[in-house]
Amino acid sequence: MVGDDRVVGEVMGAHAYVAVELGTSGEPSAAHHLAAVQAVADTGADLVFWADSFVPPEQAAPPTLDAVAIAARAAPVVAGIGLVPTVTVTHTEPFHVSKAIATLDLVSQGRAGWQVAVSRTEEEARLFGRKPAAPPAQLWQEAAEAVEVVVRLWDSWEDDAVIRDVATGRYVDRDRLHYIDFVGEFFSVKGPSITPRSPQAHPLVVVRDEPDALPVVARWADVVRVAAPDLAAAHTAREQVRAVVTGAGRDPDAVAVLLDVTPDGPDPVEAVRGGAADGVTLLGGPDPGLVGRLAELGLRRPVAGSATLRERFGLPRPANYFAGAHR
Amino acid sequence: MTQPIKKQIHLAAHFPGVNNTTVWSDPESGSQTDFASFVHFARTAERGLFDFLFLAEGLRLREHRGKIHDLDVVGRPDTLTVLNAIAAVTTHLGLGGTINTTFNEPYELARQFASLDHLSGGRAAWNLVTSSDAFTGENFRRGGFLKPEERYDRAQEILDAATALWLSDREPVKFESAQFTFAGRFTLPPTPQGHPVLIQSGDSDAGREFGARTADAIFSRHGTVEAGQAFYQDLKGRMPRYGRRPEEITILPATTFALGDTEAEARENAERVRREQVSPQTAIAFLEQVWGRDLSAYDPDGPLPDVEPDAGATITRGRVRHEKDPVAVATAWRELAAAKGGLSIRELIIETTARQSFVGTPKQVAAQMDEYVQQDASDGFILVPHLVPGGLDEFVDKVIPELQDLGSFRTAYTGPTLRDHLGLAKP
Repeated sequence: MVGDDRVVGEVMGAHAYVAVELGTSGEPSAAHHLAAVQAVADTGADLVFWADSFVPPEQAAPPTLDAVAIAARAAPVVAGIGLVPTVTVTHTEPFHVSKAIATLDLVSQGRAGWQVAVSRTEEEARLFGRKPAAPPAQLWQEAAEAVEVVVRLWDSWEDDAVIRDVATGRYVDRDRLHYIDFVGEFFSVKGPSITPRSPQAHPLVVVRDEPDALPVVARWADVVRVAAPDLAAAHTAREQVRAVVTGAGRDPDAVAVLLDVTPDGPDPVEAVRGGAADGVTLLGGPDPGLVGRLAELGLRRPVAGSATLRERFGLPRPANYFAGAHR
Repeated sequence: MTQPIKKQIHLAAHFPGVNNTTVWSDPESGSQTDFASFVHFARTAERGLFDFLFLAEGLRLREHRGKIHDLDVVGRPDTLTVLNAIAAVTTHLGLGGTINTTFNEPYELARQFASLDHLSGGRAAWNLVTSSDAFTGENFRRGGFLKPEERYDRAQEILDAATALWLSDREPVKFESAQFTFAGRFTLPPTPQGHPVLIQSGDSDAGREFGARTADAIFSRHGTVEAGQAFYQDLKGRMPRYGRRPEEITILPATTFALGDTEAEARENAERVRREQVSPQTAIAFLEQVWGRDLSAYDPDGPLPDVEPDAGATITRGRVRHEKDPVAVATAWRELAAAKGGLSIRELIIETTARQSFVGTPKQVAAQMDEYVQQDASDGFILVPHLVPGGLDEFVDKVIPELQDLGSFRTAYTGPTLRDHLGLAKP
């Protein structure tokens, strides 16, 4: 009765995640963007995503701010919600991404995540002028290297690296700092990071489901975002994600699949109850009643206000890749 | 009858950095990276009506004798990210940071700084530094590609590029220079300050020229009144050729201080801090930087080594080196040690590296600082306290009121932006 166990497990222990996606566009002020995040936090949602890219909006359209900047500006003043900006890796140095997200984790006391994305367009490539736009397969091969570098840099300081040992005059134990010595096809990065290990150690890694991104999903994603035309397609997509995660030797139950939901799309509650998704990402703004409805159905476990984003997703603080066996 | 308006002092607050100025062994030393430390430090600076907070940055951990340097504070957050968070817990304080132009592209940097300026209501400042070193480049995909002589070319080009984007009003920009070719529209309108305040800190001839042409504020490291005045005149004298007036640049020398209720107590405090800054191990490490060789067998409380420096060796990487002939430095140090009655290694390093700029009672320190500025040795100071997070507390509580009594420092912010604090027009 494996199937029944799974259903019981989902009803008793599962948590139907609620995310809301905001943009980085709008009046470019703290007041505007903080009001938007606070409105999401007030609904009890688990996290907010900020979609972002370098693509300039039409001149008459609202301007876009940097997503990490908005998240960091919100972190000290909007409590109790995960903060997950999109950062692209096609034109941005992984070393910078790593310390930016680790710092977002620091200033939010463990509520940071990172949605990995690539820059696909020639328009974005021209803004940098370093290389032409590449096909998705190549972009995601490069992104796979970037994610590995970012995560390894997050582990390049052990938690107890700062020792302040007056007797020997040492502030830090250099044996607990690690060169990552990453050498890939696209770039190499030495390390260690300049930023110590963050409260969550590994802020939540979020990847959008697409064919060329599956290797990154399989190896690195804590949360996978799925867009599907209907619940059947969503179900299939979730099964595929779980299969590739399993294939990479990871526990598929440790990876949450969130379905994008528009206001005129499928009912979020049905999406979760039917097993098509582990949660939803609302694209049309916050839904004040949704968390309450899910709780009444037993689909939400209580979450402490001080919980880290990993804790919300039932994920432990990870062991350090470089400590112990790799030391 | 109106009083003539006295020249006003500008103050920046340097968050204690990753070098031996920052004391970590003191019981009052707190976390270097917890956000609470940044909140405490920033709010203290704002309570003291400082012009701005400043964060330095280095993109690779320093190494000494082939290993990560372990004697000083190490580790810091991402500059732009923590400045955005500090904007949330302050209202007027300017927010400045070092960002390296070698390992960043102009479009991305322009957008990040514009975002900080928009989200902070006009409080952002950028200290442009340029690095040519392959050592730091090992952390980046393009590596250490820059020729040393092209450093200021790159700085100027990236600044021209960023400025074109900042002021484009989202009209299409097409930029071509020796190091950059890009085209497209920016994602943001001009910021509350027009664009962020620009800081420069290079002291070479090329650095001074770049500063005179582009900077709103300059960090210098000239301690005495005479040296300060010489730099001040030189730098401001370069401005007219760029059509700029002297008051358009604020010159801020890096400044340390020690306070006490009496002059004697201040001197005792200064002495204690210097000993904390130069531990026995740190003294040997400093000596090794000059000697270029392993001196770990020497007693820090004993005399300087008899052996001569290895003039060709570089054993410290990842920090700015002031190029001096090691043999000449060693000779001068031996003479100084002898002249002072036989200083030990540690005493000598304390004597040569750790002397505070201003030592005294709050009243005395305020008077010294005011005199320095009134004599045009600077326009103010960037203070470098030795403790996180409380290193500014006593200064703000005791020295700021004295400066205000002297009529040399603001008693309230007069506007919301950093340009307002610095008296700068919007570009």
